[in-house]
Amino acid sequence: MTALIVHRAGPGVTVQDLGRPGHLAQGLSRGGAMDRLALYEGAALLAQAPDLAALEMVGIGGEFEADAPLRIALTGAPMKATLDGAPLIWNASHHMPAGSRLSIGGVIEGAVGYLHVGGGFDTDVRLGARAAQLNAGLGGPVEEGTHLPVGTDRQGATGMVLDVADRFSGGRLRILPSVQTGFFDEHTRARLEATAFQRDPRSNRMALRLAMDVEGFALEGGLTVVSEVIVPGDIQITGDGVPVILMAECQTMGGYPRIATVLPADLPRAAQTPPGAPLNLVFITPDEGLAAERADQAARDALRSRVRPLVRDPRDIPDLLSYHLADGAISGHEEEHQ
Amino acid sequence: MTSAPVSASGSWPVIRSLGLTGLLVSFADAFSEPANRAALAFRAALERDPWPGVEETAPSLVSVFLRIDPLAADHADLAARLSDLVSRQDWYEAPLPEGRRLFRVPTVYGTDLAPELSEAATAAGLSEAEAIRELSAARLRVMALGFAPGQPYLGELPENWNLPRRTELNPMVPAGAMIQAIRQCVLFSRPSPTGWRHIGQTAFENFRPDSDPAFPLNPGDEVQFVATDRAHVERMMGDADVLDGGAEVEVIS
Repeated sequence: MTALIVHRAGPGVTVQDLGRPGHLAQGLSRGGAMDRLALYEGAALLAQAPDLAALEMVGIGGEFEADAPLRIALTGAPMKATLDGAPLIWNASHHMPAGSRLSIGGVIEGAVGYLHVGGGFDTDVRLGARAAQLNAGLGGPVEEGTHLPVGTDRQGATGMVLDVADRFSGGRLRILPSVQTGFFDEHTRARLEATAFQRDPRSNRMALRLAMDVEGFALEGGLTVVSEVIVPGDIQITGDGVPVILMAECQTMGGYPRIATVLPADLPRAAQTPPGAPLNLVFITPDEGLAAERADQAARDALRSRVRPLVRDPRDIPDLLSYHLADGAISGHEEEHQ
Repeated sequence: MTSAPVSASGSWPVIRSLGLTGLLVSFADAFSEPANRAALAFRAALERDPWPGVEETAPSLVSVFLRIDPLAADHADLAARLSDLVSRQDWYEAPLPEGRRLFRVPTVYGTDLAPELSEAATAAGLSEAEAIRELSAARLRVMALGFAPGQPYLGELPENWNLPRRTELNPMVPAGAMIQAIRQCVLFSRPSPTGWRHIGQTAFENFRPDSDPAFPLNPGDEVQFVATDRAHVERMMGDADVLDGGAEVEVIS
């Protein structure tokens, strides 16, 4: 079977897909990719199903080798990527010849990059998904020396590109009321919207912590609430008054009061906010939320029709030629330009 | 809904939205046996006749959560339908769901495997032997599963077990640990820190992802932690062929 050989991998490199919905009653959260939109983008670039597994790379990628020719696509947070030394364009698909070396470095912007292969990674399906879910003991970080099996590729074009709107530098997250929103008085809710937050570096696949310069948002008297089901996007106010956005691998039940929940369509932006980048929270109405979710789904459905061949802007060609002349690396992806 | 408890914030049950994709039907704002019974029975009713647009349902201690697809079903319509179902019967006195099972789980109380038994027994006003007798005899309901995969919240123990959490965190207790506070027990799925007291140790696995079923316990099941000796539990902990930590399993409804 075709494999992608992992020569080196950052600590946050895991196999991810759309996760395992349907086990909330048994205490298992959905998990799956932090930036689900990136999975749809990769699927569009490779003209394949969005539920195939990809490599999620938090902060930094790794060094990979194909043991047979592969189609690959790069999505999510742009990272420094080269194939046998030649730079690769992000949000695009590429041909990866057998024996070639793909090197993916640190993020240029955003937080989480994705490496897709034609046919998807064909690691074991456990409880209906291939996604590593670390806090459930399902899989773990990809280790050096691993041969990741690749599924059968139906083949198709490479050298395709997708124009992606910026979701990699924080900004506005739209929020909706949740169960305990009414416990927080109007002044506190207004303060939540007025506060300039940053993403706290102490964040992971379970939760994104917000940092701020103002006093916390704790309920007066430290009112405790009975544990209820929680889902990704919920904003808990922890004991110290700090808002925490629950992410893909959150626990399924929690007893901290929830002031709001992030619109699902804005979770990719939350996931891609780099440490220290600004975030602000804005309440929207359920009708506005519904319209935004409809638009988000329509945009996902339209991704494949927006994929276009990677045609170089003539103004860039002299630079590219000089790069290639200096580097001597012409091999690898000429077929993209045919 | 004659027996619906009334709280300071109004009458129960209440139906609330969690953003666009969730609805929560709550039967109380604090744990009680009738509210848990209501949640389990209400969830069973929803599962018997799945509604379009409802992707899954999950009970918590006193509520039922519905994950919904807001593009497939209208939020207000679902809320109205829930309200109608809520008003059809007294859920606080509803029978528990059918198909529930009792797990008699061999448990070593105390010893170095569960070192906080003696502290808990003293706090509950009992000798160690009395505590073991009382705990061993209790049939505890799986009131909800959560926090970690397959991990049950079990209750309720007699009132003398209404013990506060410890002020110091126990940095790590192992999987299969039976821990206790506030008239409840939790059986740990994975090694974890806790503020509850580690009073018993079992070889029970709450989550075995490569078996079917992956989760042995369901909401509404019952667990009895039957006292056994340390060597028995230790032997089972090292034996991959032992199923359900050596528990006897019996259908009770």
